[in-house]
Amino acid sequence: MRDIAVVAFSQSICVADAGAVNEVELIMPQLQAVYDQLGLASAQDVDFVCSGSCDYLQGAAFAFVAGVDALGAVPPIRESHVEMDAAWALYESMLKIRMGHADSALIYGFSKSSPGELPIVLSQRLDPYYLAPLWLDIVSLAALQARMLLDRGLVSEREMAEVVVRSRRNAMANPQAQLAGEVSVEALLAEPAFVAPLRRTDCCPVSDGAAAMVIATVEQAQAWGKPYALITGIDHRIENHNPCLRDLTDSVSTRQAAEAAGVAGGAVDIAEIHAPFSHQEILLQRALGLGGDTVINPSGGVLAGNLMMASGLARVGEVFRRIVAGEARRGVAHATSGPCLQHNLVAVLEGV
Amino acid sequence: MAEQKEPVTGIKSPVYLHYRFTAGKAPTRFLTRLKEGVLTGQRCPRCSNVYIPPRGSCPACGVATEEEVTLGNKATVQSFTIVSIPIPGNIIEPPYVVANLVLDGANIAFIHLLSECVNEEIHIGQRVQAVWKPSEEWDYAMDNILYFKPLDEPDVPVDQIGHIPISGWRS
Amino acid sequence: MQATEHLSQTFELGFTYTRSTGPVVGRFLTGLRDRRIIGNRGSDGRVLVPPVEYDPVTAAALDEFVEVGEEGTLVSWCWVNEPRAAHPLAKPFAWAMVQLDGADVAMIHCLEAPGEDALATGARVKVSWAAETIGFITDIRCFTLLEEA
Repeated sequence: MRDIAVVAFSQSICVADAGAVNEVELIMPQLQAVYDQLGLASAQDVDFVCSGSCDYLQGAAFAFVAGVDALGAVPPIRESHVEMDAAWALYESMLKIRMGHADSALIYGFSKSSPGELPIVLSQRLDPYYLAPLWLDIVSLAALQARMLLDRGLVSEREMAEVVVRSRRNAMANPQAQLAGEVSVEALLAEPAFVAPLRRTDCCPVSDGAAAMVIATVEQAQAWGKPYALITGIDHRIENHNPCLRDLTDSVSTRQAAEAAGVAGGAVDIAEIHAPFSHQEILLQRALGLGGDTVINPSGGVLAGNLMMASGLARVGEVFRRIVAGEARRGVAHATSGPCLQHNLVAVLEGV
Repeated sequence: MAEQKEPVTGIKSPVYLHYRFTAGKAPTRFLTRLKEGVLTGQRCPRCSNVYIPPRGSCPACGVATEEEVTLGNKATVQSFTIVSIPIPGNIIEPPYVVANLVLDGANIAFIHLLSECVNEEIHIGQRVQAVWKPSEEWDYAMDNILYFKPLDEPDVPVDQIGHIPISGWRS
Repeated sequence: MQATEHLSQTFELGFTYTRSTGPVVGRFLTGLRDRRIIGNRGSDGRVLVPPVEYDPVTAAALDEFVEVGEEGTLVSWCWVNEPRAAHPLAKPFAWAMVQLDGADVAMIHCLEAPGEDALATGARVKVSWAAETIGFITDIRCFTLLEEA
């Protein structure tokens, strides 16, 4: 099988409201940044392009088509899109390269979540007969999951606060973060409930922004002459859409994906976990089989800034960035999609 | 009550979602100047094509566009259709003409209405001019222009549509 | 660059769908209209409420319907102090996972309660029916706490 390398990554600053900047204007600077990292002129210089976004976020049908305006599709390019986090666009791009149909791929994800009421917009991902008509928002669903973990003693409110403390602290070194700073566990525990048992600080913020990445065969990466990280394993698994038919106190799909991706095949220096809620990070860390030697979410993770449809890709990008900087030799990136961690992707990255 | 015994086979489940749309930097500039009665495009720094309405990028080159280009009121018909059936929600009474028009100085068409014309005589390459509403009615909207009407100028050959300079068409 | 206004406008996006229910979902919704709660039996014998068209484990089509009770046990819950405009209840309420008597899995709906302090996992609850039932999930207006005997 052809080895695949991540060769470039860029992510915008997470902002609560990008205001007058439209989606194309959000995407273009990130595309330009990865072109500049590799000395490319445009998307014409890669073999395949795949993006991840969700039209519901901005409320415009087929809005992802407008994203192509940022690419320069004259003459026509080979392009695809997933109505998911761009981590799955990465997966599709890897398949394209593995099949020998491309040697390089540009991947981007973008979201302007601020135009709508995101937790309510995302309620419409639920089944349309039993749950979506109730407008069961995603924060409440996560709160139901957190209660189960707390009731069974699998997680404590203090542990959840500790996740937030670490996220905010690590985010101080991340110029793209939206929420950063020193906070104490006691101060967080003194915060009022938002959707009890969750506090606002247990929930990721709503962010606008975009991220872009270039992957390639090792031969192509070497031809570009830039530092790269190998993706040595990747897998994704999905569970039932009905949260009541899943064990919400575990993430079986993450466990399976981690095993298939080979997480346990070596020491894991860092892990970037896509956990929109604090209790989910604890749950996912266990499902990924990560111990105390692994630095979790050195970027601050999505609790410090959550670009819907780009956060998963950004987790891979953050691991890549640290490997090529020499801060880690082997790392794990995780992406999630759907309510209460329904669908999970795990990738293992290694330096060369 | 017999009707009540029929099993349920379908549901009505309308979904209404509320959003705040923001126009983006380039469309905001376009709409702001449109309110002042001026049509404004943007030129690509790489291929020099002028786009109207501008979206802040050149879709051909994939680069940001910033240079603004003030365009005039004259255009050329690139394509057209005569609408003979009523469209639900459309207040315009058929038959009417919808056309792809390329403004002088621009390289891409936009869609608007043609009127003050004999529908059967409309043709590709025909020269037309914008008819604006009274200025006190101007808003951030493309219907500041009521429609385009034919001009008494020679036709533009098909291969030159989209390549007319801002200074206008001289055959 | 000249200064420009920040142009924005609110809008409502409507998806005015009608949906076919099929025999399984239709059976459940017909039950709701008649103020009865119908689940179905999975391949492993579990009673699933609301009923599912295909077994969550084996994907076998399921056709054995089972009526369950209107009362049940609170499996998990969260307290919504500030209901959102779209939420089914306007006053502070709970979202609840309720395992109805006779069912082996929970279902999610809203729960009306005097306050967060009145709730605890394991509490007994019952269905409160809508004044008019039409064959829709909101025929269950909400759950309410069952008075302890």
